[in-house]
Amino acid sequence: MTIHRKMWSDKLTAISLTVIAMVAFLGICAPWFAPHSPEQVHMELRYASPSWQYLLGNDHLGRCVLSRLIYGIRPSVLWVLAALLVSLSFGGILGILAGYFRGKTDQMIMRVCDIMLSFPGYVMSLAVVGILGPGIQNILIAFVIMKWAWFARVIRTSVMQFAEADYVRFAKAIGVGNAVIIWKHILPVALPDIAVISSSAFGTMILQISGLSFLGLGIQAPHAEWGMMLNEARGVMFSRPELMLAPGLAIVIVVSAVNFCSDALQAALDPKLQKNTRKPLRGQGLFPAKPKGEEVA
Amino acid sequence: MLTVDQVEKSYGGAGRLSRRGKKVLQNISFVVEEDEVLGIIGESGSGKSTLGRLLLGIEKPDKGTLHFDDRDIAARAGRRRISAVFQDYTSSIHPYYTVEKALAEPLKLYGWKDGDIGLRIDFLLRQVGLDSSYRSKYPHELSGGEAQRVCIARAISTEPKCIVLDEAVSSLDASVQFQVLELLKELKASYGISYIFITHDIQAAVYLCDRLMFIRSGQIEEIVSARQLTEVRSEYAAAMLDMALRLAGQGEASSAGGEQRKERIW
Ligand SMILES: Nc1ncnc2c1ncn2[C@@H]1O[C@H](COP(=O)(O)OP(=O)(O)OP(=O)(O)O)[C@@H](O)[C@H]1O
Ligand SMILES: [Mg+2]
Repeated sequence: MTIHRKMWSDKLTAISLTVIAMVAFLGICAPWFAPHSPEQVHMELRYASPSWQYLLGNDHLGRCVLSRLIYGIRPSVLWVLAALLVSLSFGGILGILAGYFRGKTDQMIMRVCDIMLSFPGYVMSLAVVGILGPGIQNILIAFVIMKWAWFARVIRTSVMQFAEADYVRFAKAIGVGNAVIIWKHILPVALPDIAVISSSAFGTMILQISGLSFLGLGIQAPHAEWGMMLNEARGVMFSRPELMLAPGLAIVIVVSAVNFCSDALQAALDPKLQKNTRKPLRGQGLFPAKPKGEEVA
Repeated sequence: MLTVDQVEKSYGGAGRLSRRGKKVLQNISFVVEEDEVLGIIGESGSGKSTLGRLLLGIEKPDKGTLHFDDRDIAARAGRRRISAVFQDYTSSIHPYYTVEKALAEPLKLYGWKDGDIGLRIDFLLRQVGLDSSYRSKYPHELSGGEAQRVCIARAISTEPKCIVLDEAVSSLDASVQFQVLELLKELKASYGISYIFITHDIQAAVYLCDRLMFIRSGQIEEIVSARQLTEVRSEYAAAMLDMALRLAGQGEASSAGGEQRKERIW
């Protein structure tokens, strides 16, 4: 509750949260917001400049760029987010268990992770797509399979560091249960780390999806996807830069908004990073509140 | 009251090939009486902290038993009357908790009512020489000495009969160390708590403890009364005492704060 309020009180964070919410809403309700069909070809409008009817102009097949941008939210943002959440929760749970309980649990989970991580990411997704066939859902499955081990590994390291902290030892000593310790003493403190790696993974995944779509393995041709729009516009990069700019900016805005939010989450959780809304601290920084005569040399 | 019988503990084994079954503690047996302060002294890596964790039930021994008032420490009920203060004051309090919340946690766990907890926290803070303004502070806003006082308040909050102090003063500077040791003495006098004082600082141990237990690579070398240090028999203990004496001698010669230290050494 309070964390929620703290995050909204920061302007940049509030804007970022709003942007993310709006993008998600646009994506879900794409058919109502897109002015045209994203796949309808108008050869007479190839590379047409923005007009009142087509606000962002038309691409190399005369399709409405704005509509494609809006429909592209679904694979580029929403599905990526879903895949991210699945692999994050799977990897996160295993990572927490490994980092907290150590010993045999840790050994087993980490050996599996080692095996998963020994395959190069792209090769692995190519293999999965080779087996399951091209298409967005298979790419997402490949992502989940690839990424969970990475999440597990990073989160384990972070959790391990806190599981050894003396405040956790004290909690164990007085008999607080493991579940409560993980939930109250470790998860909140590890959350900023988790948020940072997830937001960076989010950016990478958007770019990887577009890379795979470029190879013809991801989104299939007529469907809109931001990375594919970028690739389609490459040919006219210099004559019609705005065709690249639209999806490029969209990616930058969404990825930055997510990054800002993950930073803000950390600031909201960690009292050390909070802006001083409370009364100034005694003897901190430039304003020592009460100089104690005899102690000041 | 506290009985440790034939305790053995090793680490590794499960997978880590290089140190398969490294014995960290072996053949540890001793008894701590009510109202007694036992110092556990040993060099780095001798297994002091491991023994501390076993006493607190954070880890289980491979062999042997630990009993407190005839209850097995392995069971939660057995360690209800044991508490702890650790070395690293920067990580001894949940970084997202205020002092108030940190102190309330054990009280809640031990079934105190919300109404009483507030009063109790004020009382505890006063006991360790802090005022109520500290309630709303976060750990990073405390100095080392203050944080360690909060940890002591937290340790005594549930009215334990025994507190395990693992290097509780080692990371504080000398004068604060002295204050905290004084505080521990006072608390012991008024509550009759027994301490298990784990340290590598012999001076501090001699100042606070009734008996000293020397451990070396996981085995008890000797247990000796702190009032009869001249009677040590083992070479190891004698060497450690000798070293401490010499260090203290040099410290007094060179540092201005020597007078205070002089009282602390025997
Ligand atoms: N969780 C662990 N896993 C493996 N080995 C451990 C573990 N904890 C301690 N050890 C090993 O046990 C030995 C004793 O460690 P311990 O922390 O008890 O020493 P100590 O006497 O407290 O030392 P110090 O004075 O430096 O705190 C060391 O050799 C250490 O490497
Ligand atoms: Mg230690």
